[in-house]
Amino acid sequence: MSAVIGITFGNTSSSIAVASSEGKVDVIANPDGDRSIPSALSYVGEDEYHGVQAESQLVRNPKNTIINFRDFIGKQFDDVKVDDSYQVGAKAVKGSKGEVAYEITRNDKVEIISVDEVSIRHFKKMKLAAEDFIGKDIEGVVLTVPTDFNEHQRQELVKISNAAGLKVLQLINEPTAALLAHLSADDGERFLQDKIYVVADFGGIRSDAAVISVRGGILTILATAHEHGLGGDKFDGALAEFFAKEFEKKYKANPRSNARSLAKLKAESIVVKKTLSNVQTSTCSIESLAEGLDFHTTINRLRYELTARQPLSEMAGFVEKVVAKAGLDALDINEVLLVGGVSNTPKLASNIQFLFPESTTVVAPSLDPKAIDPSELVARGAALQAALIESFDEEEVDESLQPIVVNTQHIAKPIGIKDAEGNFQSILVAETAYPIKKSIEVTNGESSSVIIELYEGKRTVKETVIEPVKDEEDEEDDDYSDDEPEIVKELVYEAGDKLATLSLKDLKANSKLEVTVNITQNGVLHFSGRELKQGSVAVKGEVHPASA
Amino acid sequence: MSIVLPSGSGESFTAGSPYTTPIRRPIEPVGRYFLAHASRTLRGHTWSEFEKLEAEKNVKQVEENEDEDLGDEEQSDELLAHDPREWKTADLYAVLGLSHLRFRATEDQIRRAHRKQVLKHHPDKKSASGGLDQDDFFKIIQKSLEVMLDSTKRQQYDSVDEGANVKPPAAKSEYDFFEAWGPVFESESRFSKKQPVPQLGGPELTKDEVDAFYSFWGKFDSWRTFEFKDEDVPDDTANRDHKRYIERKNIASRKKLKQEDNKRLIDLVERAHAEDPRIKNFKEAAKKEKAAKKWEKEAGSRKAAEEATAKKAAEEEAAKKAAVENASKKADSKKAKEAAKAAKKKQKRNVRGSVKDVDYFGDADKSAAIDADVDLLLEKFDDLQLADVSSKVVEADAATVKAAFSSIISDLVGAGKLEASYLKYFSA
Repeated sequence: MSAVIGITFGNTSSSIAVASSEGKVDVIANPDGDRSIPSALSYVGEDEYHGVQAESQLVRNPKNTIINFRDFIGKQFDDVKVDDSYQVGAKAVKGSKGEVAYEITRNDKVEIISVDEVSIRHFKKMKLAAEDFIGKDIEGVVLTVPTDFNEHQRQELVKISNAAGLKVLQLINEPTAALLAHLSADDGERFLQDKIYVVADFGGIRSDAAVISVRGGILTILATAHEHGLGGDKFDGALAEFFAKEFEKKYKANPRSNARSLAKLKAESIVVKKTLSNVQTSTCSIESLAEGLDFHTTINRLRYELTARQPLSEMAGFVEKVVAKAGLDALDINEVLLVGGVSNTPKLASNIQFLFPESTTVVAPSLDPKAIDPSELVARGAALQAALIESFDEEEVDESLQPIVVNTQHIAKPIGIKDAEGNFQSILVAETAYPIKKSIEVTNGESSSVIIELYEGKRTVKETVIEPVKDEEDEEDDDYSDDEPEIVKELVYEAGDKLATLSLKDLKANSKLEVTVNITQNGVLHFSGRELKQGSVAVKGEVHPASA
Repeated sequence: MSIVLPSGSGESFTAGSPYTTPIRRPIEPVGRYFLAHASRTLRGHTWSEFEKLEAEKNVKQVEENEDEDLGDEEQSDELLAHDPREWKTADLYAVLGLSHLRFRATEDQIRRAHRKQVLKHHPDKKSASGGLDQDDFFKIIQKSLEVMLDSTKRQQYDSVDEGANVKPPAAKSEYDFFEAWGPVFESESRFSKKQPVPQLGGPELTKDEVDAFYSFWGKFDSWRTFEFKDEDVPDDTANRDHKRYIERKNIASRKKLKQEDNKRLIDLVERAHAEDPRIKNFKEAAKKEKAAKKWEKEAGSRKAAEEATAKKAAEEEAAKKAAVENASKKADSKKAKEAAKAAKKKQKRNVRGSVKDVDYFGDADKSAAIDADVDLLLEKFDDLQLADVSSKVVEADAATVKAAFSSIISDLVGAGKLEASYLKYFSA
């Protein structure tokens, strides 16, 4: 017996998940018990450390500890910018083939390990963890990649994974995987709700966001944005700086002058950050932070949020940016899915909720206790996809990934009909990929014959002004009230261009009618209407797309 | 509330403006809806075809999901009243409502069935409906779950689970061999350490297959153990000797049971082997084959014998034929000789008569001398000369006859066959 798994390989951490055929997903813990495995390797003498053990080496042995290497895969050393986020850990150097490599010292010997080799070792460790957990050989793996990984990097990643003994079944985009996991929860009901999602993935040292439309279960990325350097590390840095200041004030000693002190501060800041995501206050205690002085203090969530104000607002701005990039308005977004460990931060979720109207749901653990752990979303999605394609032959999967299948036409504007009140009722929403067929059930009311007019929707924003409700008791201090009339914006589609008209006659009052819109692969729209009774004849016609 | 359409009437269908140019974008290749999309695109299914296929798939899934009623079996009153202290003697599969599956039940099925039983027999539920302290059966349910979920304990229980055994047919009854023995071997095969186990099969099996079956069962390696039948070892440390005694007794009884079981199985296989109609058929077939082989082997000598007799017959035939031929030949030559003799006589008569016919050349007085000469000449003639002379002298005149005689006499004298002096008339 063998199993297929999903692996998400991040700069900061990696996760492994396995899905059963019933759709139950387990995120696998490594032998250290971590479900979120730090992507780190550390070398001390003959020993190799991985995961949390390697990360803890950052304090004592930073020169031989490799972190944040994922983004360098398949890139030339001269092309990458080694900025602030790469200052800790082993030094990145130029490898023999111009690739990025790391210099480590083992037993007084200097070794150069290429980033590929580092990744292979990392994958091997994860494979071991997965096999220990499942108790079967791993047959195949679905890997996730950021949307900005180019074709060369993707191929390199496949090579690395194969070299580590993990056969890659498919590479999928990280935001898509996260959304897949989110949609698959709740028995897959969410698949059939046509919505536009923003998937915002805040990692350790980079942030990615994508606007994805879900139409009839088909996912289409409308826009993506990436921001290197923005991530959880900024929070840690801000916290560490805050603690450093406090320590300096207390003991007149500067912990920033010493690399080891800084590393200790950083490590403790991460713990404090995670604690504050769940509770209101946290203690911070570091033994022998600097000059042999111990540091002990407490911090509450509010102070933390103030300290980390800058990265928090940057993240909110980043989400706004991607929505704008998709050519959409905050109103168009139905849901925001927060991914990555940082998404546990309550302030981040509430900040993002603030950007969007009330009708938009923000999915984050602090706002929705039932939400899936944001750091596990991507791995879960990958595992689900792995379980889904497991039963298919390799050729079948490859065939399905051909451009002819993947590149699909999407309708630009919603298509729907006009009801008795003259309102536009959409049947197919914008960005729906075709071939598609959708029917709605309508009724003729009292009239014996009806006309069904097919329209393209026109997007309009309806603004409703709600006067603040005046409280009887507040009447005396009315003058001091700073209540302003609230403007509620609502997205309304109106009937635009008329595409076709159908007419149904000789109907009994209140009989059920079915209106079907079917766009075939060649773009021809078949529009039909019929009475829902046996032997009824459908009235139908065709509409063609405007030629480009 | 459903959408109400505006009233009005018009043409049944009129097309308006075309819809806005679509945008081509890559869709994300994830999720089952993508797979559906891919199969639609690749196979070129229309929506209705696709829906049909999907509908078929759904039906199949429903059929597969058949053990919904798992654990719905009713327990017998006897079982419900079973003493929980004697739980080992209860049918633990029936307790969980799995008596139709028994050793085939998967862990998942056991868990689900157990949950159902707990819902039905939980003491809280019982006490709610009146009775107190009615947890006897519940205790058995819990015990059976404990046994079923521990692989070792379950194996021990399966070893002694009589409910799963199929009895071999009674020895003296009439039965169809395959129908009666097939299930027996099927149930026994669960004890095999080696899986899969060859099954009895039907009458169509080849000899090799049947031999393989019996050789496997002859060397059957069983994991069956009899720990479950152990007498409980007392837990108290007070009487250690007694405890050890019981332990020893258990080990001995296990060993004995195992030996008995092995013997039982060997007997079973031997009996089946003896009764197997295929074995009989094979034996008969082997016998026939042997006979055929023997027949074939002797074919050489038989042929030689056949050939010898044929030869002999042919020889006899030939001899007979030759004899007949000889006889006829003899007869022919006799006839020819006789004919020749007759011809000679005739020729001699002609020659003798010729001189008389020509009136002895005018010398009738010398007729006696002429006749004596002719007789002498006739004696001296060979066949050819006789024929020659006779042809010359027949119906000839006196001169020709005389010339013919003279020439032949000169020939004979020349050849030294005749002394001219002997002739009385022609010498002159």
